[in-house]
Amino acid sequence: MAEQKPTASERVESVGKSTVGFVEAMGNGGIIIVESAYWLLFGVRERQAVRLSAIIQQMMEIGVNAIPIILMLTGTIGVMLAIQGIHTLRIFGAESRVTVGIAFSVVREFAPLITGILVAGRSGSALAARIGTMKINQEIDALKVMGINPTRFLVVPALVAMLVMVPALTLMGMFMGLFAAGLYVNADLGISLAAYFYDTLDILSLDDMWHGLGKSCIFAVLIAVIGVVNGAGVQGGAEGVGKATTRSVVQAISAIIITDMIFAFVATR
Amino acid sequence: MRNAASILKERKSRQRPETGPEAVIEVEDLVTHYGDRKILNGISLEVRKNEIMVIMGGSGSGKSTLLRHLMALEEKTSGSMRILDHDIDKISRKEFLDVRKKLGVAFQSGALFSSMTVGENIMLPLYEHTELDRMTMEIMARMKLEVVELSGFEDLMPSELSGGMVKRAAFARAIVMDPRVLFCDEPSAGLDPVVASALDDLILDMRDAMGMSIVVVTHELDSAFKIADRITILDRGDILMIGTVEEVLNAKNDRVQALLNRTPEEDTMDPDDYLNRLVGEENPGTAHL
Repeated sequence: MAEQKPTASERVESVGKSTVGFVEAMGNGGIIIVESAYWLLFGVRERQAVRLSAIIQQMMEIGVNAIPIILMLTGTIGVMLAIQGIHTLRIFGAESRVTVGIAFSVVREFAPLITGILVAGRSGSALAARIGTMKINQEIDALKVMGINPTRFLVVPALVAMLVMVPALTLMGMFMGLFAAGLYVNADLGISLAAYFYDTLDILSLDDMWHGLGKSCIFAVLIAVIGVVNGAGVQGGAEGVGKATTRSVVQAISAIIITDMIFAFVATR
Repeated sequence: MRNAASILKERKSRQRPETGPEAVIEVEDLVTHYGDRKILNGISLEVRKNEIMVIMGGSGSGKSTLLRHLMALEEKTSGSMRILDHDIDKISRKEFLDVRKKLGVAFQSGALFSSMTVGENIMLPLYEHTELDRMTMEIMARMKLEVVELSGFEDLMPSELSGGMVKRAAFARAIVMDPRVLFCDEPSAGLDPVVASALDDLILDMRDAMGMSIVVVTHELDSAFKIADRITILDRGDILMIGTVEEVLNAKNDRVQALLNRTPEEDTMDPDDYLNRLVGEENPGTAHL
């Protein structure tokens, strides 16, 4: 049977549904942030303190286990920037000034961006899958009936761990990106590592570092909230979990890139 | 279905404790909707102290929704509900938390946390709500595992247990805080008759030993007649009858008899409702926890 084309009214209805869904997801994200802040600040008063052990466990999963891949990819990006930078600047005979481009690009843009994308792919998806699976297995209901607030128990540790580990990984990524680029610059242009780092530190200010780290904090919140909202919205069993996981990665990466652009626009002008 | 005489004879072989008049759960005129569809249509019932109340009904009768309301997991449209002498619409968050600590639940799937061992699952409520040291919690968890005949399984992961064992472990977690009310959702669903019967015995033993009230949702007639003190029969969101096993077995109501004799009912579902159910739009899931 031939598939019928949607009518104009069905298209309008579809756009309307998507818009309502988007606004609802934003609202749910806001609620999750406010609830998380509440439990973090007043959990002790409510006799439901956020457990440090849960935060540390999440920090291990989100941060420590991601170190090798973050170092490898930020190092690769650093080398790539060095190759492209030297290639471009050679046209003007200014390849020795490649350090400027590398320093700003790595610290302000690429380290936070690559770290955010990797954490979204690794941990944002894992968070969505975990919460989604717990929802369809009625584990969230079990927590509620036991008098354990699911936001406090599941979301706050992940959110705090993200807020600590994404900037920490970004910082590592900055050093690794700069170091790997330095090695290439040294090999290609013969500039010593000491001179390269002297130049880099001379160019960079603390503001550049805060620019990168500030962005990474926003990325951390985005990854956690998008993962939780998608996980909590799971319907339809294992297939639903798979869809939510994929959706969470796509949404988190999109949100990171759009936020990065907005942040760069606002902070650089 | 076995005949009424043999069911009643089998029930008499087991001594049952007195159920007091005091109600632990009182529901008055409970109405609830999913979207535009009415699921529960003015339900009123009470669960008494030390009583095993079984809720039965066909598919779509609203029994699982009613159970979720009794566990205070759903928002109702109207009506009132008192749990352990607290009106749940009027109590503070702290009081609500205290009430929740006195409820236990064993879900149909067990709902054990897959990232924790069986022992950690059972200790979780103690860890969250008490100041006990770890050794004491471990001892308590082992005691509860002994009650459900799962001694020695505390270090296994839930994925390493059989279906019946998962349900037993879920019971152990549900009773670890010595709740006053225990909710069981389809405890014998998906189990072979021997394991299902053993779980029924376990429910009776737990009630006798711990003096709690138990609410069981099931569609297994044998199980219901074995464990129930009273049975509530739901039909399309309404209560068809509430009565003892004897009263239910002798009921003249056609729909009750149809349920007991497993006579298929006419398909009265609206085609649009059916389609919505298939595509999952009947009860849109909430995207918050």
